[in-house]
Amino acid sequence: MIRYDVLKTIMPIIRDQFVVCNIGLPSQELHYLDDQPTNFYMLGTMGLASSIGLGLALTQKQKIISIDGDGSVLTNFGTLPTIANNTANNFILLIIDNGSYGSTGDQPTYAGKKTSLTEVARACGCGCVIECKGEDTAEELQKALKSEKMTIIVSKCDSGNIKVPVIELDPVVIKYRFMEELNKKNQKN
Amino acid sequence: MTVSEKIVSDFIKNKVEFITTVPCKQLATVIDKIEKCDEIYHIPSNKEDEGMGLCAGAFMGGKRSAIVMQNTAIGVTINTLVTLTQFYRLPLPMLISYRGELGEPVACQVEMAVHTKALLEQLKIPTYHFHKENDVQEFDSILKHTFMSNKPVAILTDATFWNGY
Repeated sequence: MIRYDVLKTIMPIIRDQFVVCNIGLPSQELHYLDDQPTNFYMLGTMGLASSIGLGLALTQKQKIISIDGDGSVLTNFGTLPTIANNTANNFILLIIDNGSYGSTGDQPTYAGKKTSLTEVARACGCGCVIECKGEDTAEELQKALKSEKMTIIVSKCDSGNIKVPVIELDPVVIKYRFMEELNKKNQKN
Repeated sequence: MTVSEKIVSDFIKNKVEFITTVPCKQLATVIDKIEKCDEIYHIPSNKEDEGMGLCAGAFMGGKRSAIVMQNTAIGVTINTLVTLTQFYRLPLPMLISYRGELGEPVACQVEMAVHTKALLEQLKIPTYHFHKENDVQEFDSILKHTFMSNKPVAILTDATFWNGY
C-alpha cells in the first residue's frame, strides 16, 4: 500500500474536515482525488504542515488534520516538542511514513531505517501517539476524530508514487477559500 | 512606560493575540512580558521557520500573529518568508533584535548584521530600524501597516534602542 492508497481510504473521512496538506505529491494527490475548499495545500515550504495545523488548532474550535510525511517531519523536527507542550485537542497530525522522500524521487529517509518517529514523538512528550499499518489508517483516524484528544498517527506504508498533475490554484485562492469555510463553520457552531 | 511595555501594549491594542518567540538576550525583557500577558498566547518555537508556520496557521484561524526573533533568523527563514508568508500573502510583524550593531560584544554577530538589511531589501520586506528609544512610538503604526498590506514587515531593534547589550 503506497501513500496514494492510504489517502484514498481516508478520503470519505476527511472530505468534511479541515486539512492542511504537506508540500509536493501528497497535496497533489489529495487535490487530484478530491479537491475541497477545506483543504489547505502547501505549494512550498517543506516541513511546516504540522506547524500551520497546530497554529490553526490553537486559535479556533474546528478540528484540524495535518497530513505530513516522514521526510517533512524530519525536516522540522522541532515541531514535535512544540506540539507536545501546546496541547490542542482539536489537532490530529497524520504522518504518512513511507520511509522515503517521495516527491523528490523516493530517496530513503532515516525514518525508514533506524529512527522511529513514533518513539521520537513519545519522547518529545506527545501523549497520544498511534502507529499503524497503512491499511488501518482510516480506522485510527476515525477513532482520533471521536476521541477529542490531540493525536499523532504514524501510518507505515510503502514507498512509491502515482503520476498526478501539479496544483494550478493560486495560493491566495487556496488561503481565501479555506479561511472562508473555516469562518463559516466557526460562526455556525 | 518602558519600550518593552509599549511594544506589548501596542500588540494588544492591535489585537495581536498569538506570538511566537525564539530568544535573544536583547529581547529577554519583551519575551518575558509577552509570556506574562494574559491577552497573548505565547508559543516559543524551536526554529524561526517553524514559528512562521505557527503564525500562518494562527492567522488563518482568525488570530493576528507575530514573531519575535534575532536577525540571524533571516538566514534561516528566507524560503519560508518567500514561499509561505509572501506567496500566500500573510501579514507578519517580525520584531527582530538587530545584533552585531554598536555595543555588540560578540564579533560573530557582526557577520550577520552586515547582511541583514541587504537581505531584507532583496526580499522586498518593508523594514524599520529602531535605534533611539523614541523610535518605539512608530510601533503602533507599523503594526497597522502590516495588517493593512498583508506582508511580512521587519522591525530591527539594535542595542542602542534597548539601552545597551
